[in-house]
Amino acid sequence: MRYLPKSDSERRQMLDACGLGSTEDLFSQLPEEARLHRPLRLDPGKSEYEIVDWFRARGSETALGYASFLGAGVYNHFRPVMVDTVVSRGEFLTSYTPYQAEISQGTLTTIFEFQTMICQLTGMEVANASMYDGSTAVPEAAMMAVRITGRHKILVARSVHPEYREVLKTYCQHQAMPIDEVAFDPRQGSLQLADTDAKLSDEVAAVIIQSPNFFGIVEEVKAAADLAHRHGALLVVVFTEAVALGLLEPPREADIVAGELQSFAIPPSYGGPFAGIIATREKYIRQIPGRLVGETKDANGNRAFCLTLSTREQHIRREKATSNICTNQALIALMATVFMTVYGREGLRELARQNLSKAHYLARGLNRRFGGAFFNEFVIEAPESLNEELLRERIIGGVPLARWYPELQDTMLVCATEITRREHMDTFQRVARAVSEPVLAEGARR
Amino acid sequence: MNYPENFHYTKEHEWVSVEGDVGTIGITDHAQHELGDIVYVDLPRAGTSVTQGKTIGSVESVKAVSDIYSPVSGEVIEANQVLAEAPEKLNDDPHGVAWLVKIRLASPEEIKNLLSAADYRTYIGVE
Repeated sequence: MRYLPKSDSERRQMLDACGLGSTEDLFSQLPEEARLHRPLRLDPGKSEYEIVDWFRARGSETALGYASFLGAGVYNHFRPVMVDTVVSRGEFLTSYTPYQAEISQGTLTTIFEFQTMICQLTGMEVANASMYDGSTAVPEAAMMAVRITGRHKILVARSVHPEYREVLKTYCQHQAMPIDEVAFDPRQGSLQLADTDAKLSDEVAAVIIQSPNFFGIVEEVKAAADLAHRHGALLVVVFTEAVALGLLEPPREADIVAGELQSFAIPPSYGGPFAGIIATREKYIRQIPGRLVGETKDANGNRAFCLTLSTREQHIRREKATSNICTNQALIALMATVFMTVYGREGLRELARQNLSKAHYLARGLNRRFGGAFFNEFVIEAPESLNEELLRERIIGGVPLARWYPELQDTMLVCATEITRREHMDTFQRVARAVSEPVLAEGARR
Repeated sequence: MNYPENFHYTKEHEWVSVEGDVGTIGITDHAQHELGDIVYVDLPRAGTSVTQGKTIGSVESVKAVSDIYSPVSGEVIEANQVLAEAPEKLNDDPHGVAWLVKIRLASPEEIKNLLSAADYRTYIGVE
């Protein structure tokens, strides 16, 4: 197949076949006010030199040379050089879906390794070959819980990433899956167990929590699991910061784990592409969405890998498939696979430790909003002007939370990782102190 | 294979055996033979309402997944737990121990829409 645009004569043939006079006729049913009526304002073709030059210029406009304290679902971590070396190999970079096991053992082996490592990391028994990202893994986990329990209602903690909850709403709104939200403790920032208990019923398919949650607070997974299970619901545990799993207990009490692997050597890249995961217990394997690679034997009895349980999938089951995800994020997931291989269990633990110590160093000089135990990000009380002041010091500050949480005015989420430098943390603390003092004075006047 | 005379059959290869107001449903020997080695059976829970001719579950073999269409309308009162542990029994004894579900019939007159054993044999081309 060649990816070339159509010629005018081919366009004419297609229009004639449809009985249309012009391409414009194809759009005649669109409302007038939605029509553009002019060509897109695109520059004419450019030379290779001009293109490289343009991108260099745009690149220099970005925040290179700035220290960043942004987290909130996308984290700044070191990317080992080996990651790009491996994923740039043509065998991985250009290969198609490994439908044909006899010519795809390399790709299938890396996916099998990925699934194995995700199981070790999450304490689950099966993991699929990856999802598009963490946000889409969450509604897939919810739909999975609906299929398993035969119930339809979803309880999601407000301390789950707000954008993940928006994606969840988008998926659920036309599937008769009502969503109710569970409050967070205003002092600790953790899931309110009493509110969870009050909202649970025999209609609830799943309780969805995140740990560390959106405010960076480590949740009590077991307590939430016990509550959910007492009402016959499943517990879905979400994570956005995979590095935390290097130090925290795996969420073994969960029934489904859905998460984002961006922290594992996937560049932030304006928000994607990332890779998500979904993992569960073996008894739910037929309800897991997406692709699975299994171990088998070839005709000569040698260890080999192949796609397995494909009968759940859309290319075979059509509209009755467990999900409309019909692929996986193979290349991006491979970045995470190489990352996990490079670091290993001990390396990941050490990395997580560094994140924890740096974030706790940073927190000491700042005014924390919540009391709960946190990993590498936390909420501080600070006016938005703090970010403007920090920019003068070539520092990108935190993520203001009022945008999603009206009750959290003048708070922001800040993050420190292994690459955050002490001098920047000290500057952050100094600027934060300077900014908060006039606010306190003003508060006293009121 | 023997197709019991007291069963009623569908063109989608299910059978139903009626006792009082309860119908026991299964798939035919012809169906299991065409499917090959059966590895998984997905059945509705007790309490599910089913309608004649509508999907109630699926049978997965190494070759394909096929929907199961209910030969009768009513409410599922029991799903065969044997198949959860040993789906291969569907290959061994599809007209006996490997029945799928029992349904409390809502409209017993629906049986008239189904095939007799003789008609079914003709339909699948065996005598």
